[in-house]
Amino acid sequence: MVPLSWYLILAAFLFSCGLYGALARRNAIAVLMGIELMLNAVNINLVAFWRYGANAAVQFDGLIFALFVIAVAAAEAAVGLALLISIYRNRKTVNLDQLDLLRG
Amino acid sequence: MEILQQLFPLPPIPTIQQAVFIPMALFTAVCALTVVLAPNLFHNALALVGTLFGVAGIYALLEAEFLAVSQVLVYVGAISTLITFAIMLTRGMMYGTTSQTNKQAGTAAIVMGLFFLVLAGLVAGAPWPNVGVELGDGEQIIATLGRMFVTNYLVPFELLALLLLVSLAGAILLARDRR
Repeated sequence: MVPLSWYLILAAFLFSCGLYGALARRNAIAVLMGIELMLNAVNINLVAFWRYGANAAVQFDGLIFALFVIAVAAAEAAVGLALLISIYRNRKTVNLDQLDLLRG
Repeated sequence: MEILQQLFPLPPIPTIQQAVFIPMALFTAVCALTVVLAPNLFHNALALVGTLFGVAGIYALLEAEFLAVSQVLVYVGAISTLITFAIMLTRGMMYGTTSQTNKQAGTAAIVMGLFFLVLAGLVAGAPWPNVGVELGDGEQIIATLGRMFVTNYLVPFELLALLLLVSLAGAILLARDRR
């Protein structure tokens, strides 16, 4: 089988990419894509730890948690993108540098 | 010849699963890099679809078939479509002449590179098990999963259904044109 550490390194890479996207991109949609990448990385970790755990054949908590994460990510994407469309309608931009309505 | 082999030891011959994992992981990683680095938003979205497919393949390799199918249905089917629609509805940002990254991009790249190196070093150094236990029948696992959702995890499951309903209704309310 594939060693567990390979999966964990792949997940670490995806997480780093996603966090860079969330920190460095100016477009809010690109930031959301980075967040999706991070959620996927976490899911890989959950499933990999489930698969290599001692009780993988009888306990499925890791799988269930990953399914919950997928469902919550779907809700998050729907609300986030609706917010962006609403912001775009009012401000004609989704550029995060220009969204400073709350600046004092 | 033997000295040569001692100096440059051949990598161990990969098993079939490893031979499947390596190209899949490389594909996923390259797509993930494209998601955050490519300047065109539409290319980002396409690369995101590739990444999500790659992750679904990883799930299949981990013998979590139900999760792989859910990943394709929910992420590739729904979320990427939503993202594509949002990109098209907020057009004008796509072909901007300004940079796609903000002022902290350089710092973020350095910090994230170091973060990945530290994580990879920690992971590679830890004594993980290399072989998982034998899973039984795949269908049996899916049946047990379904049963657990309506017994042990009933309350979170119903809460999740409520969350999805509220968030979808809220999304429609937010994106609606009020005029």
